[in-house]
Amino acid sequence: MSCNHDQQRRQFLSRGAALTAAVSIAPGLMLYDFARARPPGEAANPAVRWGMLIDTTQCESGCDACVSACNKENGLSGRTLPTDSQWIRKLELQQEDTGRKISMPMMCQHCAEPPCVDVCPTGASFKRADGIVLVDKHRCIGCRYCMMACPYKARSFVHEPVTDHSGATPRGQGTVESCTLCVHRVDQGVAPACVEACAREGHQAILFGNLNDPKSAIAQRIRSVASVKLRADLNLDPGISFVGI
Amino acid sequence: MHHRTFAQIEIRYFYLLLAFGLAVVLAGLVAAQQMEAHGHIISGMNNQVVWGLPHVFAIFMIVSASGVLNVASVGSVFGRHVYKARAPLAGLLSLALLAGGLMVLMLDLGRPDRVIVAITNYNPTSVFAWNVLLYSGLFATVGLYLWTLMDRTMGGWSKPAGLLVFVWRIILTTGTGLIFAFLVARQAYASALLPPLFIIMSFTWGLAIFLIVQFAMFSWNELQLNPAIQKRLKNLLGLFVVSVLYLVATYHLTNLYFSRQVAFERFILTQGGFYTGLFWGGYVVLGSIVPLLLIFMPGLGQARCVLLASLLVLLGAFSLLYVFIIGGQAFPLLIVPGYTVHSSFGDGQLASYAPTVFEWALGAGGLGVAFVIVTVGVRILNFLPHDDPRQLMEGN
Ligand code: SF4
Ligand code: SF4
Repeated sequence: MSCNHDQQRRQFLSRGAALTAAVSIAPGLMLYDFARARPPGEAANPAVRWGMLIDTTQCESGCDACVSACNKENGLSGRTLPTDSQWIRKLELQQEDTGRKISMPMMCQHCAEPPCVDVCPTGASFKRADGIVLVDKHRCIGCRYCMMACPYKARSFVHEPVTDHSGATPRGQGTVESCTLCVHRVDQGVAPACVEACAREGHQAILFGNLNDPKSAIAQRIRSVASVKLRADLNLDPGISFVGI
Repeated sequence: MHHRTFAQIEIRYFYLLLAFGLAVVLAGLVAAQQMEAHGHIISGMNNQVVWGLPHVFAIFMIVSASGVLNVASVGSVFGRHVYKARAPLAGLLSLALLAGGLMVLMLDLGRPDRVIVAITNYNPTSVFAWNVLLYSGLFATVGLYLWTLMDRTMGGWSKPAGLLVFVWRIILTTGTGLIFAFLVARQAYASALLPPLFIIMSFTWGLAIFLIVQFAMFSWNELQLNPAIQKRLKNLLGLFVVSVLYLVATYHLTNLYFSRQVAFERFILTQGGFYTGLFWGGYVVLGSIVPLLLIFMPGLGQARCVLLASLLVLLGAFSLLYVFIIGGQAFPLLIVPGYTVHSSFGDGQLASYAPTVFEWALGAGGLGVAFVIVTVGVRILNFLPHDDPRQLMEGN
């Protein structure tokens, strides 16, 4: 009985957290369809596919709120040496023929056909039923083949001993890591840290949600505006789409 | 007189060589231990160039391990005496190189302590995982083959065993080529030409290594290689060198005209600074043209010329692999075509990479392992190619 009670309480709490997040986000913009939180131990829902729609026209050059939020959430140093981990970064683009400038965040695209997963010899790289691509830190042998295979340079190798354990995700020297789509938050019914931070800055460049739910804000938006996936020629079906490229 | 003196001091030379080999191995192990303690931060590798100098060494050794067997396979499968006399030595070299290459590959992992995970959690879609099977299989098949060659009672089995090794190593080298060929997003690697290129490279490098070791063994024993055999082996090396040149040229031309990787090709072939220099100077001139001259120029082609040619072929091998592996990664990925790009993560920039002493030591340590195995092997077992002059006459 008490166990059941506990579970109910947990669910209530996480729903509460989700609600707070939704309220704190700019009004009128549904960033996240709060289907429900995922109770611990329950498998990811295969009916869901988490994804993002990034509106480059809303993203401000020089703003790095999403990057800082990710670093804080996951305990990354924020340093930018070539050996430092960067799960999300800002790309400053300029179109070669028109000279048009674009700024946008870049991170793991959570491919439906992820080459990183295909090549991983140990199965440490894996895709959850809900489309989130992760690295099992206890299984990764640090061969870096996934980094070679990823077309988006989404992954980082931990080159040094990890001293900061403040992040939500376990990290370990000698293993590979990348954006988890803030799986720990998503499972609690809360939007990823970058999404929240972007909205807090008033930019609303990142829309997060369930691509499989036709009624979700993200699915509706994708139906109504022209969006592209990066390197669509590779047929990896990324979960992240972009507007304005 | 001289002969006896050498026999007396020979054992000392042997221990000296062994000590040298072991010292190199030790340096490699220390480097690996340091890399595990401090992380790959003490290497030159980074998030853009994720495979560095150790991979150049490892892939060189693994590819050569398969190729050196060519000498053996031609012997057993096609029943040629000259090659057959060389099969045991080729088998030993193969095992030694494979052991060295795998050691480097393993110790360069971020978590070498977990290498067993690669076996307990096997991902059947991974080319890397296939290669784990192929490499262990090569150990087994070559071991079996050596046994059939060295144990007289097993003689009848050497032909099927040789065939098995032949098939296995072709698949293995294809597998090594596929490690790169499957990297669809990288301009340097996504090419169907890589498996055949790797196979022909393996023939070339394997034969060059074989010729060097054979030269050393004959000199050590104060013997002279039969000129007919010498000529045959050197011509074969020349043929292989030309074939690799041809395939490398085709690879670059298809990249240029078929896949339209013009920017990447411009980088490697004309504007890549160090990489361009290494490609033309190291691989094309020193590693291919000069060896061809040494082999085929009238008046040249004697034992010492062939030795020098073989050494240069290996220099060319390292140059080519360095340009292929490191240069291929240094060139930035094309994530948003049609745009120039800047970021804090090196997007759109050529990555810089400079190997550190730890990587050199680890790579050399792998060569050291191969060296020690060969030195001990030829000392305790009879691996010297014995050419029977009568069979030579009949055979040719
Ligand atoms: S973006 Fe890269 S790391 Fe992420 S799922 Fe795709 S291939 Fe894997
Ligand atoms: S580095 Fe880790 S996650 Fe990546 S392919 Fe190797 S074992 Fe898999």
